[in-house]
Amino acid sequence: MRLNYRIVIFALAIVFGVVFSVPSLLQMQDGKKITLGLDLQGGLHMLLGVKTDEALKSRIKSIAASIKHFADRNDILIDGLTFDENSVRFEVLDSDEIKSFNEFSSKIDGAKIVTNGSVISILFTPQEIEKIKKLAITQAIETIRNRLDQFGLSEPIVARQGEEKILVELAGIKTPEEEQRARELISRAAKLELMAVDEDRNARVYNMSDTDAALYGDVILSDAKNPKIKYLVHEIPILDGSMLTNANVGFDQNNRPVINFKLNAEGAEMFGDFTGKNVGKRLAIVLDEKVFSAPNINERIGGGAGQISGNYTVLEAKDLAIALRSGALLAPIYLMEKRSVGPSLGADSIKASMVALIGGFILVIVFMIIYYRMAGVIANIALVANLFILLAVMSLFGATLTLPGMAGIVLTVGMAVDANVIITERIRELIHEGKSMHKAIEDGYANAMRAILDANITTLIASIVLYVYGTGAIKGFAITMSIGILASMLTAILGTHGIYQMLESKMNKSKNYRFWFGIKG
Amino acid sequence: MEFFKYKHSLDFMGKSKIAMTISIVLILASYAILAIKGLNYGIDFAGGTIVQIKYDTKAPIKEMREQLKGNKLFDNASITEFGSPDEVVIRMKTTTKNVTQDIGDVTREALKNTGNFEIRRVDIVGPKVGNELKEKGLMALFLSVAAILVYVAFRFEWRFAIASIVALIHDVSIAMGAVALFNIDVNLDVLAAILTLLGYSLNDTIIVFDRIREGIVKSKNVNLAEIINESVTRTLARTTLTSLTTFFVVFTLFMFGGEIIHAFAFTLLVGIIVGTYSSIFVASPILMLFGFDVKKYHIKLAEKAKHEAEKERMRAQFESGVM
Repeated sequence: MRLNYRIVIFALAIVFGVVFSVPSLLQMQDGKKITLGLDLQGGLHMLLGVKTDEALKSRIKSIAASIKHFADRNDILIDGLTFDENSVRFEVLDSDEIKSFNEFSSKIDGAKIVTNGSVISILFTPQEIEKIKKLAITQAIETIRNRLDQFGLSEPIVARQGEEKILVELAGIKTPEEEQRARELISRAAKLELMAVDEDRNARVYNMSDTDAALYGDVILSDAKNPKIKYLVHEIPILDGSMLTNANVGFDQNNRPVINFKLNAEGAEMFGDFTGKNVGKRLAIVLDEKVFSAPNINERIGGGAGQISGNYTVLEAKDLAIALRSGALLAPIYLMEKRSVGPSLGADSIKASMVALIGGFILVIVFMIIYYRMAGVIANIALVANLFILLAVMSLFGATLTLPGMAGIVLTVGMAVDANVIITERIRELIHEGKSMHKAIEDGYANAMRAILDANITTLIASIVLYVYGTGAIKGFAITMSIGILASMLTAILGTHGIYQMLESKMNKSKNYRFWFGIKG
Repeated sequence: MEFFKYKHSLDFMGKSKIAMTISIVLILASYAILAIKGLNYGIDFAGGTIVQIKYDTKAPIKEMREQLKGNKLFDNASITEFGSPDEVVIRMKTTTKNVTQDIGDVTREALKNTGNFEIRRVDIVGPKVGNELKEKGLMALFLSVAAILVYVAFRFEWRFAIASIVALIHDVSIAMGAVALFNIDVNLDVLAAILTLLGYSLNDTIIVFDRIREGIVKSKNVNLAEIINESVTRTLARTTLTSLTTFFVVFTLFMFGGEIIHAFAFTLLVGIIVGTYSSIFVASPILMLFGFDVKKYHIKLAEKAKHEAEKERMRAQFESGVM
């Protein structure tokens, strides 16, 4: 027995493989581990799109609200305040006030102000529209991430995919109810608006159509608890949820859960001003286009605190508070792709692929020993080392093991012995030609090397392309294949060569070709 | 143990006409199946919805159809057994964009009177994503073939590259034909299997080509057919053995890997058999067909060697001159 550099490197590689794959194999608490993909542990994968046009619309609406407030506060008479997809228009009745309005409007980011006589139009430049749409996506990602962070699942993934898609991955969802909660939390607009009830016309609300309401600058909204109850409210809100600073679950006098919210200074001022001027009228608290309550205003309400009461459970109230706290979605989101796997199916997949892995592994190992004898044993050592190194590298990178990834490992078992098959066949050939044991081994490795390299590199090319263009679980397949191929170069070429060199003196003495290579000399 | 002990070359090239006939028939049959039956695109590429349901006992498919009838969401839905009698999938062409209203919940509600069951998987792929996946998939296929072509041309010679690509097309065509014949859903996993097959089949071909290249360089024989016969014979053991070990693992995957991995394993299984056959019987005759001339190659090699030697001599002279 003689040590050589190959066997030392091989031994180090095995130690590396075992040490770093142990945390994954034993599912230890500490250490870097392979994470199971959603298809194996169960979970929810979604690709979401953002309706960015809606973001623009709500931005316009909020500008209209602030113009209305500015006019009311400064006692400027304006008329015909309307808005469409990308502009706000109104007429200033006192032409002396146009200047002060222009000053106010110029503070609005990215807006273009066109004055035509006494009519002022505020519109957005195409660049600004683009910016608002982009912001809507970024904001949606932030908001969804914030909400899910508070939801209580471990490590939710929220990421941008491509230009305008949002990837959401939630592992460890156990029940359909939990999934439903998560989906509701993600998609809830959580757009809070405080709106003024149009008391002059509200009595006629049940005889009005949406177009009738629009004539007066109003909209018809239904009650959250009882959709039959309708309210006629001014379309331009008093203020919206962007001025919210906090929202928490509390309880009302009947011990029912409510949500207490707090407004920032600006919102508190707007709220105070409005309530001061509208005592005796009603204020509608509107969440996602539904009226949750419409209390009478008894006096000016300062301090900017409010309450949303509804017919919800504590859990619902909690999720709603999370949604409000993390802010409204500037634009609604929609589903582009969804893949949800129940935990029992994931467990079944793990079981089935483990059976395949172990079954295939045993078949290969036994076959190699029967066919090649000692050379087969050596190839098997390389194969086992290969699997450990594969797991270790995946653990170190924190790679995700998917079902196709498992298939990749199974395939690696079949293909990793290829290098040793090529080498051993070469050695056998050289022995048949009458070469000495030493010469046969060295020349065998030398001759086989080029073929192994070329063959592996082409397989690697296919795997890399698959990784770059593959999506989701398929990427996992490409990763395991690639690492498996690279590891096999180390174990099957270098490692087994080292073992042969170490055993060489023994082999030379024995001359038992049947034992060493499974052939008659 | 030794399956193929080399005694003398087997006459593979003499049988190439038979092999070519078989291959052409298989390929034409595959294209006919693809043209007539067409590929059965799964939801990854076509878009759509899949709901996988497992019952405690045998799934009451008839009753399920009854319950879902009349529900607009399940128009044109197909219900089929999935792997075992207890398990079924409902396939729909439609998709929902709504995040909160879930087809899984709708299905659970609709089927609540059909027995004890569990919804284990809901996959929804919108049309836009489906199209994107299709584009990306084709791109991947095209790119890997191109990259491999360049690599083989660079390492060997352009005729080798063309021959290996023809062998690849042969393998992929027949595998796809089998996929169409057996009505297998073509999803991302089948694409992954095809790409793996590309790498695998090429791997096999290259080992043989490497031997041919070695034979061309080393032997004085200029008869390409004889060189090919010897090389294929000498690599026969390896080709069969590796195919066998790979076949073992893919076969266990096919048998025990579960229904979800079935399509992947099936495609590979066909691919491995065809790929092994093609690297023995198809790739090399094509090399002949393209008129690879050993004599010319020898001359080229000799010139290259001479050129190298000349360069070496110049370098030596230059170095000694400087010294």
